[in-house]
Amino acid sequence: MMEFLNFHLIPGLVLGSIYALGAIGITLTFAILRFANFAHGEMMTLGAYFTFSLIAITGWHPIAVLPAAMVLVGIVSLGVDRVFYKPLRASPVVIIVIASFGMMLMVRSATQFFWGVQLKSLVVGIQRPLVYFDALRISPKHMVIFASALILMLAIHLLLTKTKIGKAMRAMSDSPELARLTGINTENVIKATWMVGAATAAAAGVFLAYDSHVDTMMGFNILLPVFASALLGGIGRPYGAMAGGLVIGVVEELSTYAWIGTEPLLPPGYKAGVSFAIMVAILIWRPSGMLRGRVF
Amino acid sequence: MSVLALESVSAGYGETEILHNVSLTVDAGEIVVIIGPNGAGKSTAMKSVFGLLNMHAGRVLLDDEDITGTPPEDVVRKGVCYVPQTENIFPNLTVHENLEMGAYIRNDDISGRLQEMYDLFPPLVEKRKLPAGTLSGGQRQMVAMAKALMLEPKILMLDEPSAGLSPLFQREVFKTVRGINEAGTPILMVEQNAKQALTIASRGYILVDGQNRLDDTGDALLANDEVAEMFLGGGTAATP
Amino acid sequence: MDQFYGYFLYGLSLLSFGGIFAILTLGLNIQWGFSGLFNIGVAGFFAIGAYTSAILTTGPSERHLGGFGLPIPVGLAAAMVLAAIFAWIVARICIRLRSDYLAISTLGIAEIFRLTFKNETWATNGARGVSFVPKPFETLLEPWNQIGMALLILAIVAVLYVFLERARTSPWGRVMSAIRENEDATRASGKDVDRLRIQAFVIGSSIMGLGGAMMAHYLKFIDPQAAEPLQATFLVWVMLIVGGSGNNKGAILGAMLMWAVWSATEIVTSRLPDELAVRSAYVRIFLIGLVLQFVLQKYATGILPERRVKSIAQD
Repeated sequence: MMEFLNFHLIPGLVLGSIYALGAIGITLTFAILRFANFAHGEMMTLGAYFTFSLIAITGWHPIAVLPAAMVLVGIVSLGVDRVFYKPLRASPVVIIVIASFGMMLMVRSATQFFWGVQLKSLVVGIQRPLVYFDALRISPKHMVIFASALILMLAIHLLLTKTKIGKAMRAMSDSPELARLTGINTENVIKATWMVGAATAAAAGVFLAYDSHVDTMMGFNILLPVFASALLGGIGRPYGAMAGGLVIGVVEELSTYAWIGTEPLLPPGYKAGVSFAIMVAILIWRPSGMLRGRVF
Repeated sequence: MSVLALESVSAGYGETEILHNVSLTVDAGEIVVIIGPNGAGKSTAMKSVFGLLNMHAGRVLLDDEDITGTPPEDVVRKGVCYVPQTENIFPNLTVHENLEMGAYIRNDDISGRLQEMYDLFPPLVEKRKLPAGTLSGGQRQMVAMAKALMLEPKILMLDEPSAGLSPLFQREVFKTVRGINEAGTPILMVEQNAKQALTIASRGYILVDGQNRLDDTGDALLANDEVAEMFLGGGTAATP
Repeated sequence: MDQFYGYFLYGLSLLSFGGIFAILTLGLNIQWGFSGLFNIGVAGFFAIGAYTSAILTTGPSERHLGGFGLPIPVGLAAAMVLAAIFAWIVARICIRLRSDYLAISTLGIAEIFRLTFKNETWATNGARGVSFVPKPFETLLEPWNQIGMALLILAIVAVLYVFLERARTSPWGRVMSAIRENEDATRASGKDVDRLRIQAFVIGSSIMGLGGAMMAHYLKFIDPQAAEPLQATFLVWVMLIVGGSGNNKGAILGAMLMWAVWSATEIVTSRLPDELAVRSAYVRIFLIGLVLQFVLQKYATGILPERRVKSIAQD
């Protein structure tokens, strides 16, 4: 029971909250800009690397420099949109997806060029887990990640429900055509979408790096689970993306638990296949996801 | 001076031409209706006001200002509000939020206007915190119209507002349209339900194959035998 | 004289690699150019073909499945068959998905293949890969072995080209064109669009498997990195887009051209001091990416635009 909680459920929730943050950006971009942004994973990676450098300069805690990292990734995102995606807005969707695939490789190579490919850490030293009730072990890192993720999700919620631009984002996610006819400035909404996506991606990257390490493939490695989370929750449903992320994170971690006997149900090397299997299942049986998002 | 005028408009999507030399006007205080068979170009005529088409010839004038080809977001700013036939509300926003979005380009206090809309459409009051997509067809139509009216437009354009509604709700919609007009907004309306539409219309235009065929006052069209035969299902409006 | 000889050998390697990539690009052309299928799992089918042929043709080994020692042609054929089988399974499940969803799915598939090759070390020797793969003509003296290999690859490209051009102008090809132009009308006229698309996907993937097998034999080595999206998938896509999608000549042209560019940039950067040389690989990829973006924005049809065959839709 304790093994279940400590080594599977809790890590699953932590991983799930990371997926949830990553999925928010994907679902908004998908709904508002109508394409699957393959470069999103690289924004997560960038967030981690910017944080790494900021820590090197300031010596502060990762969470403390996170806001600055978010801004930096936001600037990159807006720049990429302006130069590479905006000219293709009127092109068929497939063209812009190819462009985002190319962008994925370009951003990754830029990251590899500037920082090199050796693994790095955000913080040095091993933290001892806090022990509750003599058996529940939660590392402070996990608590920080989970709490920060919840705060961020709450902030997103407030943005989407209490601010004019947030409501405009939801409106455009419902119907870009009607948004235009209503007089909403669609380019502003698009910019806001990129910024929200960048901020959540940066956070996801930082939390992931904080939990493990910084490496240039980290964003790509969780891209599939993040896509799966967004699809599971329903495209265009930010709350669905959050829920979807948590579900997939937990399921992934639970898949290696020894449900039967003593061996993990699934060999850990195939963990990445779990989210993929879930995703294919959704696409075939319920493409609109849990909260009935857009089906294109 | 008309509030809205289409002068000899020829337009379509890309190379194809759907409207050929179409002209119509809407004057202050009027309800003007466009009727005609399917594919006659009725909705296209309205979309040409909004810069959603390729204009091959002709002009669109708003209060004598040439707005031909102006993109949608700017046409809205000039005071033309348009309720499309489908996808005319934001289903996942609440009723109240839909109205707020309607007033997006306004920076002043809209609480007064919001209240006016709730007064005009009382059934929306109790539903205002619900997602607009959960409302019935007739109520959704109300949300769509209220949203468009938030900007106090110079003219309101409606594309088949009674489409897909039961006869009871259709009557409600036309009553509402008349109410909006009496409150001061001129209306241009495309309708499939010609009889009921002409009943409340000041004037009507009949479009066939993308061209003007006939236009007259609402009453005159209703009494016109030819019109009756083509669109009103035989007989004149006098026959129930 | 030595210098010329060096250039000559280099030229042969350009033709060989370019030719292998031309095979891959032709395969992708069937999927994308003919049928509008957005497959970014190219690397996965490449790897299946490579591993299949490698395992079947190598001698016995403690580190991986082997010892069959079958002749290379058998390896190649098996590579195509296995790639086709997996492609069929994937297509049966995913063929109806919209382009981005298909893209995500095929990317996922490629990742699953990569994980499998990496984890099933009993069969594939995991990350260390399969070595000592036999190479055609390797018993010949230099330069004849290289000349032979290059000619073999080019011959395969030529055969594929003829076959695919025939396919393009055949009734099958015209239906595919009609599907691309107006899917609903084609469906309405009674054509089984899904089945045709599955065929295109399977044939294309099978050809990619052949390309993978040829690469394994050329390099005498294969490892899970092959399924990493970078070289196989990305380069092939850039080749197809630049050369002209929908167009077999364009596919070959794009492959040769982009491979030459890729190779040339490597020469330049290999002259740099070690410190920079490592990082230069990333600059090359970045520049190739820029080329892609440029072409997408200005010349989405590529250098050689498609020569339209009168499709069934217009009959």
